[in-house]
Amino acid sequence: MSLLAAAGLWGPPGLLLTFALHPALCLRPAPTSGPPHRDYCVLGAGPAGLQMAYFLQRAGRDYAVFERAPRPGSFFTRYPRHRKLISINKRHTGKANAEFNLRHDWNSLLSHDPRLLFRHYSSAYFPDAGDMVRYLDDFADRLGLHVLYNTTIAHVTLNKDRQAWNGHYFILTDQMGHAHRCSVLLVATGLSVPNQVDFPGSEYTEGYESVSVDPKDFEGQNVLILGRGNSAFETAENILGVTNFIHMLSRSRVRLSWATHYVGDLRAINNGLLDTYQLKSLDGLLESDLTDLAIVKDREGKFRVTLKFFLEEGNQSADAITLPQDDNDNFAMRVAYDRVIRCLGWNFDFSIFDKSLRLSSGGEFSKKYPLVKASYESKGSRGLFVLGTASHSVDYRKSAGGFIHGFRYTARAVHRLLEHRHHGVAWPSAEHPVSQLTSSIVRRINEASGLYQMFGVLADVVLLKENATAFEYLEELPVQMLAQLETITGRRARHGLFVINMEYGRNFSGPDKDVFFHDRSVGHTEDAWQSNFLHPVIYYYRHLPTEQEVRFRPADWALPRPTAIHHIVEDFLTDWTAPVGHILPLRRFLENCLDTDLRSFYAESCFLFALTHQKLPPFCQQGYLRTQGLVGTESLRRHREERRFPQGYATVGRRREDGAQGPEGGPLAPGPPLLQPHDSNKEEL
Amino acid sequence: MMSSSFNIYRVGISFVMMCIFYKSAVDSLSELSPQKYFSTLQPGKASLAYFCQADSPRTSIFLEELNEAVKPLQDFGISVAKVNCVKEETSRYCGKEKDLMKVYLFRGNILLREFPTDTLFDVNAIIAHVLFALLFNEVKYITTLEDLQNIENSLKGKANIAFSYVRAIGTPEHRAVMEAAFVYGTTYQFVLTTEIALLESIGTEAIENAHFYFFHCKQVLDLTQQCRRTLMEQPLATLNIHRFIKTMEAPLLTEVAEDPQQVSTVHLQLGLPLVFIVSQQATHEADRRTAEWVAWRLLGKAGVLLLLRDSLEVDIPQHANVVFRRAEEGAPVEFLVLHDTELIISHVEGNTHIEEMQEDEDEDVQSPDMDIQDDEVAETVYRHRKTQLPLELTVELTEETFNATVVASDSIVLFYAGWQAVSMAFLQSYIDLAIKLKGTSTMLLTRVNCADWSDLCTKQNVTEFPVVKMYKEGKHPVSYAGMLGTEDLLKFILLNRISCPVNITSVQEAEEYLSGELYKDLIPYSSVSVLGLFSPNMTTAKEDFTKAGNYLRGCVITGIYSEEDVLILSNKYGATLPALLLARHKEGKVESVPFANSHVQDIVQIVTNALLETFPEITVENLPVYLRLQKPLLILFSDGSINPQYTKAILTLVKEKHLDSLTPCWLNLKHSPVQWTCPSNMPLAGAYPKWCHKHGSVPAAVTGTSTTSKWSSWSWKEKKITTNTSPNAALAVGWGKPVAILPAQEWKPPLPAYDFLSMMDAAASQHPTRKEPECTKETNMQKNDKKQHEEKSTIRKEPVETLRIKHWNRSNWFKEGDKSFRHDNKEL
Repeated sequence: MSLLAAAGLWGPPGLLLTFALHPALCLRPAPTSGPPHRDYCVLGAGPAGLQMAYFLQRAGRDYAVFERAPRPGSFFTRYPRHRKLISINKRHTGKANAEFNLRHDWNSLLSHDPRLLFRHYSSAYFPDAGDMVRYLDDFADRLGLHVLYNTTIAHVTLNKDRQAWNGHYFILTDQMGHAHRCSVLLVATGLSVPNQVDFPGSEYTEGYESVSVDPKDFEGQNVLILGRGNSAFETAENILGVTNFIHMLSRSRVRLSWATHYVGDLRAINNGLLDTYQLKSLDGLLESDLTDLAIVKDREGKFRVTLKFFLEEGNQSADAITLPQDDNDNFAMRVAYDRVIRCLGWNFDFSIFDKSLRLSSGGEFSKKYPLVKASYESKGSRGLFVLGTASHSVDYRKSAGGFIHGFRYTARAVHRLLEHRHHGVAWPSAEHPVSQLTSSIVRRINEASGLYQMFGVLADVVLLKENATAFEYLEELPVQMLAQLETITGRRARHGLFVINMEYGRNFSGPDKDVFFHDRSVGHTEDAWQSNFLHPVIYYYRHLPTEQEVRFRPADWALPRPTAIHHIVEDFLTDWTAPVGHILPLRRFLENCLDTDLRSFYAESCFLFALTHQKLPPFCQQGYLRTQGLVGTESLRRHREERRFPQGYATVGRRREDGAQGPEGGPLAPGPPLLQPHDSNKEEL
Repeated sequence: MMSSSFNIYRVGISFVMMCIFYKSAVDSLSELSPQKYFSTLQPGKASLAYFCQADSPRTSIFLEELNEAVKPLQDFGISVAKVNCVKEETSRYCGKEKDLMKVYLFRGNILLREFPTDTLFDVNAIIAHVLFALLFNEVKYITTLEDLQNIENSLKGKANIAFSYVRAIGTPEHRAVMEAAFVYGTTYQFVLTTEIALLESIGTEAIENAHFYFFHCKQVLDLTQQCRRTLMEQPLATLNIHRFIKTMEAPLLTEVAEDPQQVSTVHLQLGLPLVFIVSQQATHEADRRTAEWVAWRLLGKAGVLLLLRDSLEVDIPQHANVVFRRAEEGAPVEFLVLHDTELIISHVEGNTHIEEMQEDEDEDVQSPDMDIQDDEVAETVYRHRKTQLPLELTVELTEETFNATVVASDSIVLFYAGWQAVSMAFLQSYIDLAIKLKGTSTMLLTRVNCADWSDLCTKQNVTEFPVVKMYKEGKHPVSYAGMLGTEDLLKFILLNRISCPVNITSVQEAEEYLSGELYKDLIPYSSVSVLGLFSPNMTTAKEDFTKAGNYLRGCVITGIYSEEDVLILSNKYGATLPALLLARHKEGKVESVPFANSHVQDIVQIVTNALLETFPEITVENLPVYLRLQKPLLILFSDGSINPQYTKAILTLVKEKHLDSLTPCWLNLKHSPVQWTCPSNMPLAGAYPKWCHKHGSVPAAVTGTSTTSKWSSWSWKEKKITTNTSPNAALAVGWGKPVAILPAQEWKPPLPAYDFLSMMDAAASQHPTRKEPECTKETNMQKNDKKQHEEKSTIRKEPVETLRIKHWNRSNWFKEGDKSFRHDNKEL
């Protein structure tokens, strides 16, 4: 309704009248006056579509989800063909923290309902795809999401209209020819078109989408699999024990996810064939560009691999075609294959989108994914957002944006952007006094799942207030949009900011890296910047970086060069709460960035400072002076006196000179070897 | 009245005395008359006095230098004064007109020396001369080689000699030597010369500079033998001499049989490296001789140890015969194969060179250790981590049990985070509270660890830690906003036992309420009981009062009475309805405040003000409350509880409205945490207790003892400390000039942070992929064990080097902040 009023303000008076007379026009289908209108239309009731629907529903927005199947998650009713999901369903972590546990739950969608956690749907670590279908069904059902099933959107076009939020409406036409008008279009259709490589003989290949999953059908056969992704290996895994041998052919070397730290690469659960290949079994891997090859059928109906080049020599008779082994009698693929299976991945279905939407630029990469900005908004049409797997171009081969455990967070980020853009709701944030800064960051790096899953893509931002006495904490902002922070969030960043990101070590990940090398773990706080495993990195900027700075940042930097940077040393348990190993260096970093003292003090110390100093440290100002000082107990006080705290006014330099009297050096820091950083050899633990 | 003002006057007089002490303690030169001066001299104490008659430009330059010397001389226990002869009183030290410029050094009231002012041409000269005069027994001044030999011979087998040559008396080098002699003069015989010829005769080259030698005479038993001599190579400065002497004191050679990485000697603390000569049983004797030879050569430059390979548990490479370890923590141990002792010397000298350069940059002996916890809360909590707390006295709530629990019973919930130090410190107070309340409270004490139940805490709107909330009778939870300590929280809980305001139903009950009988057990926690009186028809006023009562819940008892017979009460206490009756239990008084047309905020204000005392004792807990009044505090420092006479005097002044612009209060030094921060060796004699604060780097002190009726006052007006004779006089003269101004510096970072940015830059420019070589070299490394070791140490060496340098340069990004940080710290 507020939208109506707002639209009226801009529109000509006549229209205002129309709106006033038919207030229900935009909310209910009214066949007499154009297509029914929705503020938000979501295409596809898969995980991403449902996730977005959930946020829209919670915010009370006018939305609908369009789904061609009769139930949600139809992709999972058929895929993966062998039914085993490779996203982990970790039901126990030893921790109660629900947010932390989402770091190890790769299947659940985000909701307020703890019953809608995937662990209630399957006990398998790698669950069955059927459970996912059941889960999504329940998710839509329990939350009462507004999904129009059996509605196939056949065509999407643009309709220019100056009153529309984005200057145009999206017109969706379904299979019955009914039109739907939408202000914002959220495309969550996934990747549904099997990728086909065109080469002579490609018609002889069977696709992953249709190949038999019954191992009996492969008994005693020679099998050639094209492709080297998880679907290829999954297929191989299924028939490994019954075939004569399996050859796998693809353009590039195998990428193991444990080495690349990218979950889309080959997961260990599927890599049985690598094992047999390297242990001198008959199976094997080959590298070649498919587009150079050709497959011919010989007289026995078996398939022979040859080069496209030979085919072009003109002789069409199958038996006469030159085979590589004619010249080169040890050619690797000189055997005849009984089957050739194509497992080359999936592409986005561009067919239903009108050219005017400019979803694709026509490049090689853009055949797979629609073109989107870091905010997941289409580069071609304002108001069109791509969600879910189809939005993976943003972090392809980097982070988890193509998978449920990643895009559930990006959907939330998109929703927050929309809330600000169209409803004036600023990005949610919490404001705290600066004495809480260290704690706020420590809390997030230890439990936040969005940061952890979408490392390098979503990052927390701390916006400092004037004089750095307070700050606002914004969670999970698309970090590449940092320069546009003020416009997309509605928050002000005038006094400097921190960005909290999670990162692997610079040279740690890659298909050819040895990730098990000796000495790979870092334990000393001063070496934290060399940490290899995923660890929190905090960037400090005096000023919000510009778009230029973000775009032309140094190679292999997640963010533009900051004023200062801090790495929290990697931790074997991903528990960054060690007082000296993690929190102390972080505090020192924040202190030096803000040029203040962020230590906490007991009330007695604050009392003393209040009587002897004109100014008090922030902790005393924000606690003690507001009668919320920390009194401490008798026994704590005793400990303190032993240590001769407070030393707030003891100067470092002074202490050194005094040191002449005590053989132990600084008398104020006799320190028992508090927490000597362990020289940890993690593999030995 | 008469007697009290007389009292104050007397106090005022004795305060003048105090001022003298005070001033002399604040590094400024005190100016006294001769008579006064001689009365301050204490037996055995040295004192330097400048007697002068008039101020000429010449004298004021000298005075500036003298002024500068006050502080360092006080560090040596020597007081400094300027004595004005202009007054009627004359003294033989005042001299004739032509001869005005003399400085005298006294010990007690015995004159030790007199100095013409031109010998004391600057601070260094003043200090050097004064110490030279005081230490004439400890420091022998000689002019010939013969003198030196005599001293040497007389001390053989007895003591070592610290021999120094300085170009002239009164130079900075001379001062450094004298300062060292002040500390070590009883341990070593200090010998000083200014004769170049003498220095030449003992075979020194490059005589332009000052020299400091250590003569090892103590172990010489044969009188014909010469004492070994070690020359200090660093420039003559107090700190260098100190370090040098420390290394001379250390044993020449130590035998060890433990991991070189674990060994710790005084050398490491002084920033000097360690050299281990690896030895075996078979060659032990020979090795020991070599090691001794090396040790003599490296004396003052490095520590030398003999490492017994046979009894060693750690592996050291087969061929290594020397192990070198640098002083900085975490620096790797280097295993070396050196076949010539000269190589050992040059290796050490080559390595220490870098270190010296760094020290010059930083002026610190050691680098501050950033890994040392300097947060007092985190530190105490960490130390306390193994103490078992009786956590079972409080109920731990979870996401599942939370709602049911807070609905079923009135509960206090502490929201905390297990990893946060402040939370954990407060948790201990909370457990203490649970112990106190065990079995007596109707309120359930519970806690939620937000590290586990993050969502629950967010739902309860808890985003900071720690937070205490009270869930009562299914109403909106009330957040506790008091001090995070046992006592205050206890008060909050107890006062919340009754409703706020409590409904009083009869006149008799009201009287009991006002007398404190009704809630006897709560009176200790609420010094004032508030009763709102209303006619039954004053609904809005009642509502407002109820709201105010709700707002004040937990800090004061409030009651409401609005029966038909309310007039009985209002007449008795002379109040017009609606009215507030404030019963002050300590004083046994009931006063009434009319509050017609007051809003909730006004009522709250009236009650809060009523809780304030006229002349309170300032404590850790209540200081913020009084600071909130935004008026300067006039503090009376008292040793123990306050003398009632002072209270009476102050109250009179308050009554006469003389102190309206101030908050008069007093501070019990016996209860105050201020006490344990006073250094015990303060230069002020006999005065106890002390009130001290840091000013400059020397603690300045204001003293006052109630027994001798001395007292002082600090006024926090414009954050200045003013002293004055008495409140009366002060009011008359308007507080005068501030005696000292509180330091105004900002709270800067206590230590620098790691500058990872420049470490990354350095690595990027040198080693684009640091860890790469290691994994590619894997095969090589397996082949040859020894080679692997060497490779590793070189690889490790690289980043360490980068770290060390970057660590202390701290690069450009905070350069400005950095400077001000150091600057401020020194001022503190």
